[in-house]
Amino acid sequence: MTRRDPAPSRLAYRLQRLWLTPLFRGFLRHGVPALAIMLFFGIWLGNVQRRDALVAQFEALKSQVEHRPEFMVTMMSVDGASPALGDAIRKMVDISFPISSFDLKLKAIRARIEGLDAVAAADIRVAPGGVLQVEIRARKPVMVWRGPAGLEMVDDTGHRVATLATRDARADLPLIVGQGANKAVPEARAILAAAGPLAPRIRGLVRVGARRWDVVLDRDQKIMLPATDPVAALERVIALDQAQGLFSHDITVVDMRLPDRPTLRLSDQAFAARQKALGLKP
Amino acid sequence: MTDLYQSQRAMRNMRRAAMQRGVIAILDIGTFKIACLVLRFDGPSQLGERDGVGPMAGQSSFRVIGAATTRSRGVRFGEIDAMAETERAVRTAVQAAQKMANVRVDHVIACFSGARPRSYGLVGEHMLTDRVVTEQDVARVLAACDVPDVGRDREVLHAQPVNFALDHRSGLADPRGQSGNKLTCDMHLLTVDAMVVESLLHCINRCDLEVAGLASGAYVSGVASLVEDEQELGAACIDMGGGATGLSIFIKKHMIYADSVRLGGDHVTSDISKGLQIPLTVAERIKTRHGGVHATGMDDREMIEIGGDSGDWEKDRRQVSRTELIGIMRPRVEEILEEARARLDAAGFDHLPSQQIVLTGGGSQIPGLDGLAAKILGQRVRLGRPLRVQGLPQAATGPAFSSAVGLCLFAAHPQDEWWDFDIPADRYPARSLKRAVKWFKDNW
Repeated sequence: MTRRDPAPSRLAYRLQRLWLTPLFRGFLRHGVPALAIMLFFGIWLGNVQRRDALVAQFEALKSQVEHRPEFMVTMMSVDGASPALGDAIRKMVDISFPISSFDLKLKAIRARIEGLDAVAAADIRVAPGGVLQVEIRARKPVMVWRGPAGLEMVDDTGHRVATLATRDARADLPLIVGQGANKAVPEARAILAAAGPLAPRIRGLVRVGARRWDVVLDRDQKIMLPATDPVAALERVIALDQAQGLFSHDITVVDMRLPDRPTLRLSDQAFAARQKALGLKP
Repeated sequence: MTDLYQSQRAMRNMRRAAMQRGVIAILDIGTFKIACLVLRFDGPSQLGERDGVGPMAGQSSFRVIGAATTRSRGVRFGEIDAMAETERAVRTAVQAAQKMANVRVDHVIACFSGARPRSYGLVGEHMLTDRVVTEQDVARVLAACDVPDVGRDREVLHAQPVNFALDHRSGLADPRGQSGNKLTCDMHLLTVDAMVVESLLHCINRCDLEVAGLASGAYVSGVASLVEDEQELGAACIDMGGGATGLSIFIKKHMIYADSVRLGGDHVTSDISKGLQIPLTVAERIKTRHGGVHATGMDDREMIEIGGDSGDWEKDRRQVSRTELIGIMRPRVEEILEEARARLDAAGFDHLPSQQIVLTGGGSQIPGLDGLAAKILGQRVRLGRPLRVQGLPQAATGPAFSSAVGLCLFAAHPQDEWWDFDIPADRYPARSLKRAVKWFKDNW
């Protein structure tokens, strides 16, 4: 009987030493399985049909989830808008319900709604129960502006709200006229607020040279205000009127453009009468 | 000589690199067995001083994580005889130890007991230029030792400075920084047969291992089995191996003499085999189970079945009494011890202040050996076991492993050897770059 040699063969010895090398061991334990998995998927996905099938399967699954009744939106409700504005918004948004809430591009819808002149801000969300809730903050018209494009209503920032067919349609709003008048709406409102006793007589404000205001009163009277600090000038005029009954005289223009030197312009008859009274003219 | 210096330095650097990596293997190539231990160095010891252990000989800085022993093959008298066989045995041991440690080892420190070691005492003298001893002066005095003619094909294995003397003050361990005129140094040089070392290195290299150190088996078993005061006061360690019996004499914690007797336990086994006409394996088994050196009346009645595979009933039913076995073993053991006594006497061991003798190695496990040794070697004989080191399996704590354990200690705390000191500056080769740099520094 021959005893088996207990010594490892040279190859076995080397292999065992290799196996005990930490780097090699780590590679064999983690690197090789990772590589095998990557190789398998690489080969499997190398085929176009399989890849397309995989994508299609994924898409089907995705739409299946998206079109579950829990995620469907069936109607739209518009709050805070006048009936006309509501109709306009409905017409513009133009969504065919029912639709999955994943397909709604809320940001884009909001941008489109806010593109409307009459809308100051829109708050849009999908409410429980499959309702697309649109909450509108409508622009509030404060003035009527007769501009190059005709009669328009503007809000307190001067932004256009809607076109007006006739002035009479909104007789309650004050009128401003002239180029660039809409840019100075806050100033105009301050002037009107300061008008006080003159308010019933004011027919409108005229923007002159996109720079200063004229206050037009009835009986063809006019107050020309300076470009700077028009409210103070107007208050001086009102004070003059209250003290001396300025506008009860026959004058056409109170010129306050130079604050140091208010000027009055008389009507033609008054001027002639004055000349005569002073004996300057027969 | 310079070659040796370079190669020993390279080995020392490799040892340092292995320590850095933390794993080093110990290979004790003996005639009877080859032992491989895998050591892990993990910085300073975890044992605190409070355990009463302390750093000791440095054995707390490492831990044995793998140990394997295999029957040696192709080794005779502690020298490699059949290289391919030995290589297989080394592979077996290293593989098993690696498997146990679960770590790969690349560096190995080896020891062997044979190769006819011869000791030389060297003396060097150097006059100090400025009265303080510097490192350069130490290097110069080491270089000034006149090397004897060690003979052809001899290689220096250890060259340890054992003593420094400054003027008339002797016994300095570290003369640096002290002042005097003349620095003298005693160096112990141990030479071995170059061929044996070469074949050993070749054998280890063929196992894909790198040699990070070589040591004499007699020296390392002394390191392991002599306790501190014995090393300090003077003692001899007799490592009774399979094919060779190593002797080393220590004083002041330095080895001052080493030798080996080319007789060992294998000769006892072969005597038994020849005397009783049985195979060597059976003889080995009978020796270890029933062996002894003192016969008593009881032993006449203790019969040992020795058997045989011949098929002859008479031969296969043979029995010997234990007395007969002892009668075969005792003369050989006596011969070994007498041979060791002769070597110790030749070395002048009887002039040492303390004459403690420690018997270790696998052969020292024969029952009653201490009594026999006391008759031959003198009264102060004891049996030694190796120091305990962390993690060593119980099976490897016996005296047969004292050189393996000593090699562990040697790996952890090597003795300063001649090549650990700098070469004196004026001994550099003429074309040395350093010299050119020095010239520039001096002149510019």
